[in-house]
Amino acid sequence: MSQTTAIHGEKISLLRVLGPGHVWALGVGIVLVGEYMGWNFSVGKGGAIAALIACWVAGLLYTCVAMIDSEVTSTVAAAGGQYAQAKHIVGPLMAFNVGLFLVFAYTMLEAANAITLGYLVQTVGGMAGATDAAGEALVLHDKPFIVLTIMFLAWLNYRGVYATLTFNLVITAIAFIAIIILFFAVKPWTGEVLKHNELLTGLPYDWIGVIAALHFGLWYYLGIEGTCQAAEEVRSPARSLPLGTMTGIMTLLIAATMTWYICAGLMPWEYLGQAVTPLFDAARFMDSMPLMVLLFIGTIFSTLASANGCINDASRAWFSMARDRYLPQWFGAVHPKYRTPYRAIVFLVPVAVLFAYYAPLDQVITFSILSGLLGYTFMTFNVIMFRRKWPLGTIQRGYVHPMHPLPALVLLVLCGATYFAVFLGYGTQLMAMMLFFIIASLWFHFHRYRYVRRGDQFSMPWPRPQGDY
Amino acid sequence: MSNGDYIPPRQSALGQFFDSMFLLALVFAALFAPIYLGLAGGGKTELAIADKTTWTGLGQNPVMQAGWEKLGYTPETAAPLIASRFDYSFDLIALGVTALVVIGYFLLVVAFSKSEYREVIAERFGRKTD
Repeated sequence: MSQTTAIHGEKISLLRVLGPGHVWALGVGIVLVGEYMGWNFSVGKGGAIAALIACWVAGLLYTCVAMIDSEVTSTVAAAGGQYAQAKHIVGPLMAFNVGLFLVFAYTMLEAANAITLGYLVQTVGGMAGATDAAGEALVLHDKPFIVLTIMFLAWLNYRGVYATLTFNLVITAIAFIAIIILFFAVKPWTGEVLKHNELLTGLPYDWIGVIAALHFGLWYYLGIEGTCQAAEEVRSPARSLPLGTMTGIMTLLIAATMTWYICAGLMPWEYLGQAVTPLFDAARFMDSMPLMVLLFIGTIFSTLASANGCINDASRAWFSMARDRYLPQWFGAVHPKYRTPYRAIVFLVPVAVLFAYYAPLDQVITFSILSGLLGYTFMTFNVIMFRRKWPLGTIQRGYVHPMHPLPALVLLVLCGATYFAVFLGYGTQLMAMMLFFIIASLWFHFHRYRYVRRGDQFSMPWPRPQGDY
Repeated sequence: MSNGDYIPPRQSALGQFFDSMFLLALVFAALFAPIYLGLAGGGKTELAIADKTTWTGLGQNPVMQAGWEKLGYTPETAAPLIASRFDYSFDLIALGVTALVVIGYFLLVVAFSKSEYREVIAERFGRKTD
């Protein structure tokens, strides 16, 4: 099903041009940067061993997310991903909230990427040792690079989805290969380079540190669910979305474990727990210029791929909400030539720039993680309602996830643990976000919903839902 | 669709602009307020370390020491990082209030969504007569 929007009286739809490779690139491209930066803040919250446990527990959480999401997305194949799911399964207000979760998670992640890129350019500029005429060390400012990155990628997204995600496919593959090359360069089969016995110091915060580490443990995988944002632009959603998502989560599990193994065997945990670019720092340990250049390129490419995918996903969620009048209709326009949601893309640029410019990296990451966490909590009851309203056999599903409702229940327990992890140290942000969503929900229900066409919110060719409706 | 379908009012350009600005202001208030009020970030404490001038005094073994030096640190510059710890002590009442807010939010959204969803289904499939 391809929905359309009217421009100057002409119906224009998003283009169906993407294959499973693009879906993989969209998911992994957004997330792979989590191995290059951010994951290591979990080391700061609980120590290196706690971070590894958090990595695997978060891996289980995301396996549940991928299983659930693959079933629902392959059935509700419309732009906006989880937003379209919420609209058809729970109701308009839930959909409005899910749309905002997506926009926040991706816009904050985009800002985090730009901050990392700016920091890395500044660091490498400092390492190059440039001086002015008086012999004073020149400081390369990160801010122009932050702004330029966001502007360039927004322009790329404005011009078209196929070129954008093909670009992502190439740079994501290079960033992934860079991690594998570094893994073999540290010779993990010998004890020459990696010194886990001497560097691993147990659990400095005891077991509460393991729970606390879950907060940033999500960063290894956050955004994989973005694969379904492009559902309306995929040639064969029922095949491509589950395939792209599941291979994506496997790729990330491998990359996350390798990344932890390399970094925890090279750096004291107190440094690793606050580093901005841990994999680049790992390359610095190797005394090899080619490796440093490779990991510099890997970091730059991973941040670009992630920011690129984030702009793609956030703008599509914003566009979908506007098309349904949950937001002002003006944002629901498709570019007459490039067929992209260009007004949504442009509107979100200043939001990302302001956060990347003024907010610290760990705060930006926390806002992104919180938005993602709210979205995962929604998925738990969403899939249970989906199976109740349309039991197996009543509608055609592209994929049926096994062991229902176990994945949903496991996901709910892990989400509860992660809320507690965020509360430990970042409770104020959690409360601020919740207040925002409560006010926004009241605003939508009592004001904005009057502009929404009721019947149009259900566009799938399904029978009436079972139950009291 | 039946003739009794809800016809939403047309929103003026000014109305669309105000709605956009309201949401934008709400976003910035929620995300920047904790940062500007100094309430963001984890509560931290500092370990009491008697000797911050030597690697041994900081509890670092030779491999850790080599790592710090490779990263360009001296015992003095590494000491703040080594001594810094998150403070995980918390108030049970604060935890309870936070849990209530999170659960209450989801209950509110699901309840309002259900009433809206009934209108959607009634328009799409017709009202149930039984």
